[in-house]
Formats: sequence, C-alpha cells, structure tokens
Amino acid sequence: MFSFEFMRNAYLAGTLIAIVSGIMGVFVVARNMPFMTHTLSEIGFAGAAFGIFIGWTPLNGMLAFTTVSSILVGELSGAVESRRESVISAISGLFIGLGILFLSLSNKNSSYATNILFGSVIGISHQEVVQMAALSVLVLVVLFFIFRNLKDDSFDAVGAKTNHIHSSLISIIFLVLLAFSVSVAAQIVGSLLIFVLLTLPAASSKYFAHTVIQMMLLAIGFAIFGVWFGLYLGYVTNWPVTFFIASIEAAIYGLALIYNSIANKSR
Amino acid sequence: MSETLISVEDLSLSFPNHQVLSDLTFAVHRGEFLGVIGENGVGKTTLVRVILNQLKPSAGRIKLKAGLKIGYVPQFRNVDVEYPLSIEDFISLNFTGIKLPWLSRKEKQKIQTVIKQVNLEHISKRPLGLASGGEKQKAYLAQALINDPDLLILDESTASLDPNTKRELLDVVKRLNQTLGLTIIFVSHDMQVIHEYPDHFLWLTKNGYTAGPISELHNDSKEGEYV
Repeated sequence: MFSFEFMRNAYLAGTLIAIVSGIMGVFVVARNMPFMTHTLSEIGFAGAAFGIFIGWTPLNGMLAFTTVSSILVGELSGAVESRRESVISAISGLFIGLGILFLSLSNKNSSYATNILFGSVIGISHQEVVQMAALSVLVLVVLFFIFRNLKDDSFDAVGAKTNHIHSSLISIIFLVLLAFSVSVAAQIVGSLLIFVLLTLPAASSKYFAHTVIQMMLLAIGFAIFGVWFGLYLGYVTNWPVTFFIASIEAAIYGLALIYNSIANKSR
Repeated sequence: MSETLISVEDLSLSFPNHQVLSDLTFAVHRGEFLGVIGENGVGKTTLVRVILNQLKPSAGRIKLKAGLKIGYVPQFRNVDVEYPLSIEDFISLNFTGIKLPWLSRKEKQKIQTVIKQVNLEHISKRPLGLASGGEKQKAYLAQALINDPDLLILDESTASLDPNTKRELLDVVKRLNQTLGLTIIFVSHDMQVIHEYPDHFLWLTKNGYTAGPISELHNDSKEGEYV
C-alpha cells in the first residue's frame, strides 16, 4: 500500500490533519461551536468553488473565504447570542448557494463538487501535502502560544471576562485558526463532513479524560485511528475513505456515550 | 481610619425604563467586610458591575484606589459538568499577566496555597462537575484568590446553599478577612448571614439606601417587613 505515492501522501496529510483537528476539536467542543465549525466548512465549499472558478487551487479559495468570514461571523454571532443559530443558518445557506453558482460558472464537471463536498484524500499531490503541513504547523505554533488564555476563555468564559483576559481577541484568533483547520481538514473528509474530525473525536474524548491535556491526546488518538483505518479500508475495498472515517468516528462517539451512561449508573 | 479602596459619591444609574441606583454615597476601607443587602432587583449586581467597571454610572462618581486588584466570584458560572476539569484545574484558570503554555512553579504553589485557604485539599483532584454546590462555590472563591486581590467581591455566593454549607463558606471568607486582611464585599439577600458575618452593611431598597456599621442594622428596620 505504501509503495504508492498517493497513499503515502494521503497518510501523511491525514495524520497531520488528525493532530490539528484533535486539538482544535477540544476547544470547538468547549466553546460550544460545532455548528459554527460546520458553517465555516460550508463557506469553505463556496470558497473552493470560487477558487476553481478563478483558477486558484480549491484549498486557497477555501482559505480565503473561511478566514475572512470567520472574523465576520465571529463578530456577528458574539453580539447577539440568541440569534446566533439563525444568523449562522442564513450565512450557511447563502454560501452553499454561492458555491453552486461558482461551480456552474466554472464549467467543471460534477466530480469537482463531489470532491469538495465529500473529500478526495487519494488525489492529494505532494505539493498540497506540503501546503497542508505548513498550515497545520502554523496552527499548532499559534495554539502553543495562546494555549493558556484560550483554555481560560474556553473552559471558564465568565471568569476570563472578569479577569480582563482579552476574550474578544482570543475569540478572533481562535476563529482564524479554526478557518485554517477547517480548510485543511476538508481536503480529507470534505466540507460536508467536517464534524467527523473537528468535533466527534473531541466530543468522544471528554468522557474518558480527566484533564484538558488528556482530552487533547485522546482526541488526537481517536482522529488518527479513524483516518488511518479509514484510509486502509478505503484502499482495500475501493469504497469512499470518507465513509469509513465518518463511520469509525461516529462509532467511537456512540461507544463513548454508552460508556458514560454505564459509568454514571455505577457511580 | 484605614485606607479607602472604593469611594462612591452621589452615584446613580438608570436603565432605559427604570432607575436602579440613585444618589448612593459610601466608601469601602481596607480590611472591611461589607455586606450589601437588598431584595432582588434593587441593583446589587448592578452596583457590583459598576465597581468592576463593566457599567458606567449615569451620574455621580466612583473612585477606586489606583491599581486596586479585585477578585470576583460571579453569581452565575457556566461550567459544563462533562468537562474533564478537576477542581485544581479549574482553580488554575484565569491567572492574569503573561502566561507560559504550562503552569510555572510559582503558579503551582499559588494554586496549592489557595486550595488550602478554602479547605479543598482533600478533593482537589476530583472533577469539578461532580462537586457539590458548596464545593463548587469554594472552588470559585479559590479561583478569585489566585491573582492576589486586595478586594474580594462575592455575588450571591451562598444563595443556593443549605444553612450549614453557607456557614462553612462564610467562615472561610471571614478567616480570609481576618487573617489576611482581605477586604470583602459580600452581596446577598439573606438577612440572617448579613447580621452574622460582615462588619458593615449597605442596604439597598427600592426608595433609597442605608449604610453603616453592622451594629446599626438592627435599629434601622423601617423596612422591617423585609426582615
């Protein structure tokens, strides 16, 4: 399997994405932002389609759209908490519409749309792997430097606010990192299934972990397990890799919930 | 007279449809244990938010001592019971100043000190989500202590606690007040504990306020129906 360059690239990219997603996912879950993350990936879909339309790579189009909109959406949703979900739905719908428009304008065949929406890990070139690696490292480095403030704000927003930790600045930096992570993760699982890496592993891990660091390590573990095993099964069966990754992560989450309810009963 | 930490003069604050605080004048001195009492809706939390500089008064002045460090225990906290945070982890959140990605030795020592101060040593490794109401309030209190405040503000910290747990928490607060000289503003609608713990009171009502040493609180029961 590893004698093929495309499989080596897929494993390399997949592993990096799993690491970034596992860590970012912990904060996505703590900040209660799965829906926002999903919206960013739909905006990313429009960005990728726009990229194809004007001759960029889909990843660059995605990055441009998600980064700009992460800041806008963050400002918007912060202001009116009660309207957040509805505002996000409106934005989400608008951008999927735009995505379809750009795809149709660019005269590409529908397999392009399928690739963006559902992922195309096998088609990743070496150059794309390099770009994804660079983005992943950037996200990790920034996370390292803002870790404590982000942790304070994510796990105890009320306390962070009263201690004048720069919550709004932290939120914006986090959203931009999220935009990068979404764009990178969408290359593997596709923009429709961003939950699969950026939410589920972290959501599962909180039932087993006792500290935030443990939660991160477990989330990375769950994400890597899904990606590696998914790629292998995809290679063997020729079925879509995304299907396997989604099923594995959903199964882990299901098991975590069962474990939690049993643990609660015996407590 | 000891150093004045907060002085409030003729302070008023109104929201679009109603006046909450009007012509309030009082001072808080170092080492004082001030009980702020009043029914729901008279502006206790509003006053706290003015002190924290989260709200601007509509009229009058509030002056804080330069560089005054405030530890605040808010009335509501949003902590998910499923978060994998131990009581100790929770207390370690929200250090101010420049932070390394990990806890420094000094920070770790500080965490242990405040855990002892609030008597949580025996359960500090347990998940915060599984702690009792009283233990949670102690953890919130401990977190408010990590940045070495001059003044501690507790907003209805005892509201949801049973009488024994309430006393346990207030005993800790009183000890901090007496041994460390920490200045306390304790907001509550519970007349009983206001009589017992603070040395001064500020009683906000719909029509005005009264303030003074706690010994004068008994004699000043024009609003007796509230007691």
